[in-house]
Order: sequence, then structure tokens, then C-alpha cells
Amino acid sequence: MAVSNPNSVFRALADPTRRAIFQQLSRHGEQTVHGLTRRAGVSQPAVSKHLTILKRAKLVRHRRDGRETHYRAEPEALAPMIDWLNLYGAFWRERFDRLETLLQRMDR
Amino acid sequence: MSSLAESPGTLVVERVFPHPPQKLWRALTESPLLAQWLLRNDFEPVAGRRFQFRRDPMPNWNGVIDCEVSVVEPLKELSYSWVAMGLETVVRWTLTPAEGGTHLRMEQSGFGPDREANYKGAKYGWQSFFNGLEHTLANLE
Repeated sequence: MAVSNPNSVFRALADPTRRAIFQQLSRHGEQTVHGLTRRAGVSQPAVSKHLTILKRAKLVRHRRDGRETHYRAEPEALAPMIDWLNLYGAFWRERFDRLETLLQRMDR
Repeated sequence: MSSLAESPGTLVVERVFPHPPQKLWRALTESPLLAQWLLRNDFEPVAGRRFQFRRDPMPNWNGVIDCEVSVVEPLKELSYSWVAMGLETVVRWTLTPAEGGTHLRMEQSGFGPDREANYKGAKYGWQSFFNGLEHTLANLE
């Protein structure tokens, strides 16, 4: 996955209620808006709105079953976030190497 | 030695350098030295000081990192905020005397704990989010 800009995922998850919804789905599997609303502590329209934003970021998928819509988490969509962290890890390790070189030079 | 800490929201890189803390402190706090190993900067070791690090621009990013110094404890600890690509993190350096040198630890954490205050009733911080997702993430790798 060639992703270097994690902004969309971060933005979708910037809201604590959306994080809670996403995590709820990650932990407990597929749920309906009703189920999510019971736990979210906000209105059903609010939950629906949050779900739309999560869907746009591909963090959540849905399927229809009769009159009910079931939502589930797509943790794979977090990949940009993981990439971002790994990128930073590589950055700092490389900088530590450079620091080591500099410290040796400072001796002279 | 480096590691992604137990929580994927925190990045830790640490190493023992065969040099005294005084020397590491200089490399961390003297702007021209800092530029030689980290990034171009207008850093000053003064709490409250706002400064920038600059990387080469990338396709999605102008390369500017906005920072503000929060902790300056000579030879022991240095912390500053690190805002890049709209994401706010905190970089914290700690120096500990070790056998034959100095143990340097860099911890980058946060994703903006201060920003959480902007959301009404925000009790669901990034940290708990990442802690909860630990297993999910582990399974992906």
C-alpha cells in the first residue's frame, strides 16, 4: 500500500466519538446503528453522521440486511497510520546514527 | 536500540553513547550542532520558545515542523511539541548517566492531548484508542 499521507485517516479519527465507534466495532464486531447509538451516548443521527465520515475514510464498511444496516470496522485502513509511525521510527534511528557521528567529530 | 513501545501511539528510540551528558546536551541544544545531525532549526533552549525544524518539502507536506519548548532541565531533560502535517506530538529527550557514557532516550508521543480539550466531553483520548487497538494492529503485521 503506497500511502504517505495519513491525513484522511487521522482526520476521520480526530473526533473522540468516532474513535469510540470505530473501536466499538473493532472489539465487538458487526453492529447496527441502533446498537451503536445505545453505547455511544449521542443521538442516532449523530452516530449516522459519524459512520458516514468513517466510511469515507474506509475505516468502516456496511452491508444491508432487510431494513437493517450492519456496520463493521476495517482495521486495514489504519495502515497509513502505521506507516506514519514506522516512517518516524526510521527517521529517528537514522538521526541517532548521525548524532553518533557528530559526537565523535566533537572530540577532535 | 529502538522500539515502537507497547502502545503504537508512542515511539521510543534509545541508545547509550560513549560520551558525557554535557556533550550530548550541547548536541541537543546548540542550534548549529542540532542542525548537523537533526534538522535545520532556530531552536533555543528556553521554555516557551517557539521554533521550527525544516525538512525538504515532500509531495504532501512543506517540510515545516512547528515546535514549542516545554521543558529544559539542563543535562537531564528536554521536551518540545512537534507539529507536522497537522499532527501534534511531543518529543521528549531524557539523558541518564550510564556506565561508560550517557543513555539517551527519545520518546515521541501524544497526537495532541491538549487538542482533546477542544472536543466536548472528550474522554476518549488517542492514547486509550491506541492502547485498545494494540492487538488489532499486531494482527495486521
